[in-house]
Amino acid sequence: MRRPSTGALLLALIPFAAMCFSVPLWDRIDPMVLGLPFNLFWLVSWIVLTPACMWGAYRIESAAQRQGAP
Amino acid sequence: MSAVAVCLTAIAAIVAIGTAIGFLAGAHRRMDLEQWTVGGRGFGVVLIFLLMAGEVYTTFAWLGSSGWAYSRGGPTLYVLAYLTLAYVVSFFILPQIWELGRRHGLQTQSDFFGLRYGNKYLAGFVCLVGIASFVPYLQLQITGVGIIVSIASFDTISRPAAMAVAVVLLVAFVFASGVRAVAWVSVVKDLLMVGSALAIGIGIPYLYFGGVGPMFAALAHAKPAHLTMPGATANQGHAWFISTVLLTSLGFYMWPHAFGASFTAKSAETLRRNAVVMPLYTLTLAFIFFAGFTAVLVVPGLPNGDLALLTVVRRSFPPWFLGVVGGSGALTAMVPAAIFLLTAATLFAKNLYRPLFAPSMSDDQVARLARAMVVVLGLISLTLAIFSSTTLVSLLLMGYAGVTQFFPGVVLGLYWNRVTTPAVFAGMVAGVATAVVLMLTHRDPLLGVNAGFLALCLNLLIVTGVSLLSRAPAGDARELLQGAT
Repeated sequence: MRRPSTGALLLALIPFAAMCFSVPLWDRIDPMVLGLPFNLFWLVSWIVLTPACMWGAYRIESAAQRQGAP
Repeated sequence: MSAVAVCLTAIAAIVAIGTAIGFLAGAHRRMDLEQWTVGGRGFGVVLIFLLMAGEVYTTFAWLGSSGWAYSRGGPTLYVLAYLTLAYVVSFFILPQIWELGRRHGLQTQSDFFGLRYGNKYLAGFVCLVGIASFVPYLQLQITGVGIIVSIASFDTISRPAAMAVAVVLLVAFVFASGVRAVAWVSVVKDLLMVGSALAIGIGIPYLYFGGVGPMFAALAHAKPAHLTMPGATANQGHAWFISTVLLTSLGFYMWPHAFGASFTAKSAETLRRNAVVMPLYTLTLAFIFFAGFTAVLVVPGLPNGDLALLTVVRRSFPPWFLGVVGGSGALTAMVPAAIFLLTAATLFAKNLYRPLFAPSMSDDQVARLARAMVVVLGLISLTLAIFSSTTLVSLLLMGYAGVTQFFPGVVLGLYWNRVTTPAVFAGMVAGVATAVVLMLTHRDPLLGVNAGFLALCLNLLIVTGVSLLSRAPAGDARELLQGAT
């Protein structure tokens, strides 16, 4: 199968870095934002930001696909 | 009418309406094996979204995650991270799997392994692990229905009785309908579920504290440790969070039903677009968490966290509303459970029994055997649900430890021509064995890391190591995978 393009993979890595690997940095209660403990606020924000990253990945993959098609 | 009667009537009505929709969707279509399992491969963006969403929100999301918010606190946040990231992973594998499925007429995950690695024993082993992993997941759903009905009946109906009724309904539903029905019932189920989640998540904190913000402020003041990791647990800190999020987000689409759902799509494009928007669906869970966290302060000291959500609803709202929430919860258990039963039974008949023991079986005989297996699996899960007391989240993580062991075989199989059949087989056996041993000896988490994740690492190491050491496979793998765009 055609490997995914590097750009799309890098964009996909952003949510992984933000929601998973960086947990020691954001797993705190303070500052509370919009009434939520900081860790919950952070995750909820990234639920919304992840589709933005993946939309970028989608654009890159679609472009690569059009080029690759005969 | 008494409170119990109101509540149970509401639940029964919701389940009946949901089931009726399922029956109607299944009527007027000839149910051959292809229609029953992959809906004739014609689902567009809307139906596929419904089917996949229908599978994601199980009783686990409803009672299990709020239960952990109540009993464990911080560690439950892993759910928000893993569901979101699972869709990110799916962006890179589902379209490719779909493409292979279209070209080679694949219907199940095991078909994929059979095609890619050309070994019926490997394909059979994948089946066996898949079916075994479904059992705790099914048990989870049945336990959920039991909890819902016993709380909604104000403890007048016993949990085993409720679970037995649920299994009977479930089997009838699966017999009559197939995968298309499930997609349509998901509409009802998800509308109800999102509606009740918002009402509960905002309503309950408001009733007791005047809002979500004041509720968290009160909780942060009373039990500050509860809101961060490891919360009320001893060993579920940051290492556990990272390893569990990786295990479950990589494993999410390794569930045979989720993997198989990609074959129902009309195009690879559908799946790619779906992967972009699906994370937003996870927002609903945040509201369920609000209710679970409120319950910590409002109904402390429950013997089992999984009871928290409904107990706090029962205390805060009139009986009819408890009935609506209970009915949505019951559908939320039954819709995915129907998919699991359907998938596991088809796998058993089509990919395990026929190729290994009875190669001459016709498709019709396979379909009959699959239906018999629906009953058998339903009864096994019911028995386990009656006699076990594990929490809902732990059941789910047990299943994940099994299915995620498919990940190296799937991903390397798609993108690496060099990977060999013995390597995948060896890695998978080692991974599954490690996961089972660590869990049975109660060493999960091991040194603060999720045991299933450790098993996955060992698996990956073996697959890559053995592949690199053995001779490169012949050219057919390359041919199989190329030509795809």
